[in-house]
Amino acid sequence: MRVTSTKSSPNLFNRLAEIIGRYRVLAVLVVLLIFPFVLPYQALAANILIYGLFALGFNLVFGYAGVLSFGHAAFFGIGAYGTGIAIVHFAAPWYLAIPLGVVAAGVTAMIMGALAIRTRGIYFAMVTLALAQCVYYIVYQLDGWSGGEDGLTGVTVRQVDLGLMHFSLFNPTAKYFFILAFVAVAIYVFSRILASPFGAVLEAIRENEDRARACGFDVRLTKWIAFVISGLFCGLAGALYAIHLSVVPIEVLHYHMSGQVVMMALLGGMGTFFGPFIGATVFLLLEDVVTTLTSHWQLVLGLVFMACVLFFPRGIWGSILRWIRP
Amino acid sequence: MTLNLFLLQLFTGVALGSVFVLLAIGLSLIFGLLTVVNFAHGAFYMVGAYVGVFLLGLTGNFWVALILVPFVVGAMGLVVERFLVRPLYGRGIDYPLLLTFGLGLVLVELVRIVFGLEGVPFDVPDALQGAVNIGIGWFPLYRLFLIAVTIALVVGLWLFLEKTSFGLIIRAGARDPEIMRVLGVDISRVWLMVFGIGTGLAGVAGVLSAPMTSVIPDMGTSVLVEAFVVTVVGGMGSLLGAVVAGLMVGIIISMTALFYPELADLAMFILMAAVLLVRPQGLFGRKGLMG
Repeated sequence: MRVTSTKSSPNLFNRLAEIIGRYRVLAVLVVLLIFPFVLPYQALAANILIYGLFALGFNLVFGYAGVLSFGHAAFFGIGAYGTGIAIVHFAAPWYLAIPLGVVAAGVTAMIMGALAIRTRGIYFAMVTLALAQCVYYIVYQLDGWSGGEDGLTGVTVRQVDLGLMHFSLFNPTAKYFFILAFVAVAIYVFSRILASPFGAVLEAIRENEDRARACGFDVRLTKWIAFVISGLFCGLAGALYAIHLSVVPIEVLHYHMSGQVVMMALLGGMGTFFGPFIGATVFLLLEDVVTTLTSHWQLVLGLVFMACVLFFPRGIWGSILRWIRP
Repeated sequence: MTLNLFLLQLFTGVALGSVFVLLAIGLSLIFGLLTVVNFAHGAFYMVGAYVGVFLLGLTGNFWVALILVPFVVGAMGLVVERFLVRPLYGRGIDYPLLLTFGLGLVLVELVRIVFGLEGVPFDVPDALQGAVNIGIGWFPLYRLFLIAVTIALVVGLWLFLEKTSFGLIIRAGARDPEIMRVLGVDISRVWLMVFGIGTGLAGVAGVLSAPMTSVIPDMGTSVLVEAFVVTVVGGMGSLLGAVVAGLMVGIIISMTALFYPELADLAMFILMAAVLLVRPQGLFGRKGLMG
């Protein structure tokens, strides 16, 4: 009897975690639906959506395939610039501009991935960082298209018409749910990818690359595909970012952006489904609070980063999972 | 376009490449032994420049500053290895990398707090001002000095690694740390020293390039990327690779700046992409450290 009584409380958590795990897409969506009403302002809520999606996409490579990329700013940035340029220079409607940004990011990921995947292990982080910096210089120099140092301004989508529904994106709540619609589809697709045989192969590679190869899986090709898929998700995040802010600053391509997304994934718990969104939320809330107190946000960021690596490598959700299921 | 102008630009490239050589050797040395990619390397370079500024202000003597900087920055490296990097050994190769990335952010912001956002001036010392005629034209004396110091450091390091017993231990430790432990060598002390030497070299590179660039807190960012490109091109863990690739990247940057200025920022990435396609392990591969 005593055995069951001591075990009953972890069991409860266990079952809860299991239920959340089974309906993980639904669980995220429920939280995100009530989000804009609990946060101090809705622009922050929209930011969390966008960065959460960015971190989710990044986590496919880092958390699930076990490859550390320091170049994901390139995909986010190209997604943002692709969408922005389509809107500013070609007056494209949003339903064309967003896919364009996503495809542009995917193509960037194909090229960067093909080069970076040729290297082994730790080289990967260096090569992706260097290639992303290369993308930064290219966009910086094409200032006729990108606006160069000043960034791309005037990425405005005023009105969204969906046949029966139309609403203005100047209304922050409407904009939040507009972005959420994309994020929701992306989360669902992401969840299906993880549940697919492909997702299983990815995790197999992370756990033991040699064994995965010995089992007959094409490790390099799988990693490359994961890299490209990850680029597509990050590109979508960038595209939504451009529409959310109406401008694309050149900083989206800077390597600090890649660092930020690493931090979010690490903070939330890499290789966990909810981790990236939790990480993005905590990161942005922390930034929001700290920047009102001091101008030295980067110092706090660096210290938190180091503390996470040293003492807290599982991240928030990873630690919770561990606590429930030791 | 005269031949002399071309040769002078080539020399400018060698001077620029010297800084990359120093940075890449430090990066490569640390990686070769500790398998740690030091993402704070650019920050240590920046700190080297600022420590130089500080010591120059304190003593008023460039030479004292130049000699002390590597020891100060190297000592910082020792502290970092002992207390921050060491707990992460055996926990996956990505963790030290992430830690040093965070450390880089902290160092840059600390320098901003202490020295401010504005750049600080760092003049070429009197004895090294002006230009000398090197047969093909006038070349800044300071850059010649930079090249000479780099040659001296590289030769010194090579002698240290090849001819001393401590160098032997370092080379052996890069091949097989396990065997070294079995033989009774305290390998963690070797790693500590190597991290110190590597960061010290970054510091020297920083103070040496301070009179040629603007000393600002962000000066390490682009240099880190350049050092990565050099290491990837040359091959991790190869002294020769670091030297050759460093000079190659320096020359390519200065040559494209002369012929196609709009490509100057991109040229080295094109080189890196080409090397990755042909020889992913880098020009000088990796056959044990400094081989």
